[in-house]
Amino acid sequence: MSEEAIPRQSMDVDIACVGFGPATGGFLTTLSQALEERATEPAFQSRVAPGLPLQVVCFERADDLGFGVSGVVTRARGIRASFPEFDPTEIPMGTKVASERLVYLQDPVGASRRSPGIRALDRLSGVANNGDHAVEVSAIPDFLRKDDGVLLSIGQFNQWVAGRLMSTGLVQLWPGMPVSQPLIEDDRVVGIRLVDQGTDRTGSPESGYMPGMDVHAGLVVVGDGPAGAVGQRLDERFGLPEGKHQRDWAVGMKMVVDLPEDTALEPGTVLHTIGYPEPEIFGFLYVQPERVASLGIFVPSWFASPVRTGYRYLQHWMMHPYLWSRLQGSRMRSWGAKTLQESGLRGEPHLVGDGYARIGEGSGSTNVLTGSGVDEAWTTGVLLAEAVIEHLERDVPFTRDALTNSYVARRRSSWLQTEAKVAEKARDGFQRGVLTGLVGMGLSGITGGRINVSGSHPHPRDRMPSVEEYYEGRIPAEEIASIRESCQRSRASLHDVLMERAGWPPIPHDGKLLVSHQDALLMGGKVQAPPGYPDHVVFLYPHLCESCEVQLCVEVCSGQAITPGEGGGVPDFDREKCVHCGACVWSCTRSREDESERGNIEFRAGAGGLHSAEN
Amino acid sequence: MAGFHIVVCGGMVPDPLQSLEPVVGPDGPALKNEAMLPMVLDPWAAHSLYEAAHLAAHAPGSKVWLVSLGPKARLQQLMMSIAQKVSFELVALDGAAGGFSDAYEIARALAEAIEGIPDLDRTRLLLFGGCASAARDAGVTMSMVAERLGLTEQFLGVDMLETDGDRLRIKERVEGGRYRISECDAPPAMLAWATGTLPIPPNNPQLGMQNMRSIMPALARAKSIPLGSGDVAFGAVERPVQRRETRVVKDMPPEDIAREIVAWMREG
Repeated sequence: MSEEAIPRQSMDVDIACVGFGPATGGFLTTLSQALEERATEPAFQSRVAPGLPLQVVCFERADDLGFGVSGVVTRARGIRASFPEFDPTEIPMGTKVASERLVYLQDPVGASRRSPGIRALDRLSGVANNGDHAVEVSAIPDFLRKDDGVLLSIGQFNQWVAGRLMSTGLVQLWPGMPVSQPLIEDDRVVGIRLVDQGTDRTGSPESGYMPGMDVHAGLVVVGDGPAGAVGQRLDERFGLPEGKHQRDWAVGMKMVVDLPEDTALEPGTVLHTIGYPEPEIFGFLYVQPERVASLGIFVPSWFASPVRTGYRYLQHWMMHPYLWSRLQGSRMRSWGAKTLQESGLRGEPHLVGDGYARIGEGSGSTNVLTGSGVDEAWTTGVLLAEAVIEHLERDVPFTRDALTNSYVARRRSSWLQTEAKVAEKARDGFQRGVLTGLVGMGLSGITGGRINVSGSHPHPRDRMPSVEEYYEGRIPAEEIASIRESCQRSRASLHDVLMERAGWPPIPHDGKLLVSHQDALLMGGKVQAPPGYPDHVVFLYPHLCESCEVQLCVEVCSGQAITPGEGGGVPDFDREKCVHCGACVWSCTRSREDESERGNIEFRAGAGGLHSAEN
Repeated sequence: MAGFHIVVCGGMVPDPLQSLEPVVGPDGPALKNEAMLPMVLDPWAAHSLYEAAHLAAHAPGSKVWLVSLGPKARLQQLMMSIAQKVSFELVALDGAAGGFSDAYEIARALAEAIEGIPDLDRTRLLLFGGCASAARDAGVTMSMVAERLGLTEQFLGVDMLETDGDRLRIKERVEGGRYRISECDAPPAMLAWATGTLPIPPNNPQLGMQNMRSIMPALARAKSIPLGSGDVAFGAVERPVQRRETRVVKDMPPEDIAREIVAWMREG
C-alpha cells in the first residue's frame, strides 16, 4: 500500500494535551472550572472554531484512562485546593493515612550485597529486632511524613477525575491515542502528530493504514510523563537548560493485593522500608480499605548492578520475614511498573517554549526528598491552567516569553519551587553509597537544603560494572561465561541464574502472590497490545547493541518484553509484553555516537500496555 | 441501493484478562470490585457495530444507532473509546451492566428504547447485535428483542452479510463447523453477529469529536432502567475450578503443544 495514497488528516483545536495523568488532570480540572463559569464570555470562545467554546482535547496513550502506575500516598495539598470538599473515601481504594512507620530490613538470607557500613548497621539494629530481621524506626523525619495525607489508587483517582471532566462536556479525553511527536515549525510547536495506525512492526503501512492525524493547536500541553515521546522529542530538539541533566532515575514496581482474611493491618497503614533486598532498594506498603494493599519497591539508577531486575527483587522483598508474616496468604490483584524521573529540579527541562508548556513528572516536578510526585504533578497542571486563563482573558498568544511570565513565574513563586530547592541536592550522597545518601537526605531535610552531602552525577551507564566485576569473588568469570552462553541459547535474562548462584533462594511459586513473571503480566497487569501499531521500543544502531556485553535492557525489562537477540546482538522486543515502564531508555549502557547523554534505545509512542485501573 | 436504519444493541463487559470474582452482594449477585474493572463494548456486539458502520458506509442514506445499557458514568467513559471507531448515534440506557441481569428484562428495555427512537423507519430496520455476550453467553437476548419488535427474519451467529438493498444474503455459523447461507427479502431483519470479517477500525479522534456532539446529549437523556432478576432466586455464584499454568515457548510445533495440552488435561 502506498503511504502517499492516503492523505494525512488534520484538525485545529485551541489546546491539545498529551497524556492524561495527575498533571493533566490538574490542568483540565482548573481550566474546565473556569470554562463552566465563563463559557459564554468572548475570551473563552474558540479561536479556531468561531461560535464554539474553547476546543480542548487530550490524547492518552494507554487503552483507557487510569491505566497507569504511580505512587499512592500523598499529602494532597494541591488536590485538596482544587477540591475543597475532597474526601478520599469517595474514590474506590481511597482512605486517609492512619499510621506511618519506617522499617529497616536486615538481610535474612545472606545474599544481599552489603557494604561494611551497612553490615555494621545490621549488627547495631540486630539488638533491637524481634526475630523478624527488622527494626521499626520510631521517629520519621518531618520532611518524609505523610500522616496528614491520603492513600489513593492513582488509576482510580485518574478515573474519578476523568469522570468529572467528561461530565462537563467542556474538554475531550481520547484514550488509546498515542501522540508520536510535536509538530515544530521554526522552533515553534504548532501542534502534535498522532501515531500512525494500520502498520507493521516497523511502521510500514499495512491493510487499514491510517496516517496519524496532525492536530494543530495554539498551545500544546505536554504531560506525557518521564519517558513520553513528545517530551523526549522536545528535549532532543531544544536540549536541556544549561546546567541541567537527567541522570537519576528509578523503576518502581508494585502490586495490589488482597490481604488474608485475618490480616491485622488496618486501613490507612503506611510502611516505608529500607535496607533489603539490596540496601539501595526502598519499599512501600500501603493498606487500603477492604483488605487491599498496594506494595512495591523502587530500584534506582544509582544501584550499579548489571543485572538490575525489579521483578525478582520485588519477590524477595515480599518474602522478607517482617513483610511475609503480614502478606502470607495474600493474592495478587494487579501489578505494574513505571519509571520515575528522580532528578527533580536538577533535571527540569525547558518548561515552556513558543506554543508549548510542560507539566508533571516530565517537567521535573517530583520531589526526591519527600518522595512525593503526584500532588506536585497535579499542582503544575493547576498553575499552568491559571496561566492559560490569564492568557485567554488578555488574549495573549502562547509565546515563550508570555508563558515564562505567566506559567513559569507561577511555578517559581509556588511551594513547588521552594520545596524543590530544598530537595535539589538531597540525594547527591547516594552517588557515594547508601549510608552517605541517607545521611545526606537527613541533612538536606533537617536544614532545609542549606547543608547537603555533595556527590558527582555520572550517567548511570558510566558507573555500571561488568557482570564479571559485579560478581567478582562470588562467581568465577568462567562460570559467568557459561551461564551467559546458556541464557543466550534459551533467550533468557541472566539475573535469575546469577542471583540464585549468588545465594538468593529460588522463589517458591504459590500461584497467588508469588507467581512467574509472565503470570504477573497476565494475571496482574493484564497486559495487551492492539495490532496495527509500530514497535515503540527501537534499537537505533545495531552495532552498538552487538558490542554491548551487559545488555541491561534485557535484565531491567519489567515485562520480559526485551530478550536476548540472535547471537547476542540486537535484543528482541515483544510489544505484547511491554508495560511501557520506560526503564530500558535510561538503563541502556550504550550512548549514541552523536549524543552522549542518550542511549541507543528510542522509546516512541506506543499503544497498549497495562489494562488495570487499580494501580 | 436504499439505505438502512441499523440499530446495534451492545452492552459493556469487563475488559478481557480481568480477574473476575462473583460475589453475592446486598442487591444480589455481582462481580467483586465491579466499579474498578475496565470495561469494553461486548466483543460480539462490537463486531456487529463495525459491520453496521461498514454496511452504512456502502449504502447511502443509511444511519446507525447504538443502543447501550450500562451505568451512565461507565458508558460515558466507554464512549471515549468507541466513538473513535465508527460513526453512530447513541441511545443510552442507565442500568446495571454485567451478566446477572435477566435477559427478558434487558430485551424489554432494549426493545422499548428502539421503539422510542425518533425517525426510525421500521421498514428499513436491520437489528444488529452479538450472538452472545461475554458477560453471560445467554444467546437469547437478541431474539427476544426481535420478537418484541415483530421481526421474524432472524439470523444467529452471522459472519457475513451481502446485500443489494432489497435482498440479504447471510452466512451463519451452524453446527459442525459449517456455514449456512440464506437469502431473504429484507429489511426488516435481525442479525446476531459472531465475529464478522472486519478488523477493528483504527482510532480516529476527529470522528470521535463528531460522535460526541450527539453522545453527550444522549447520555444526559439516558433513561434509568431498573433491572432485577425477575422471579428467579439466585442461590449463589461460584467459579468453575480452573488451573492456570503459563509458559512462554517459541517455535514449538503445534503437534507438541497439542500433545502437552492433552497430557495436562489428563493429569487434571
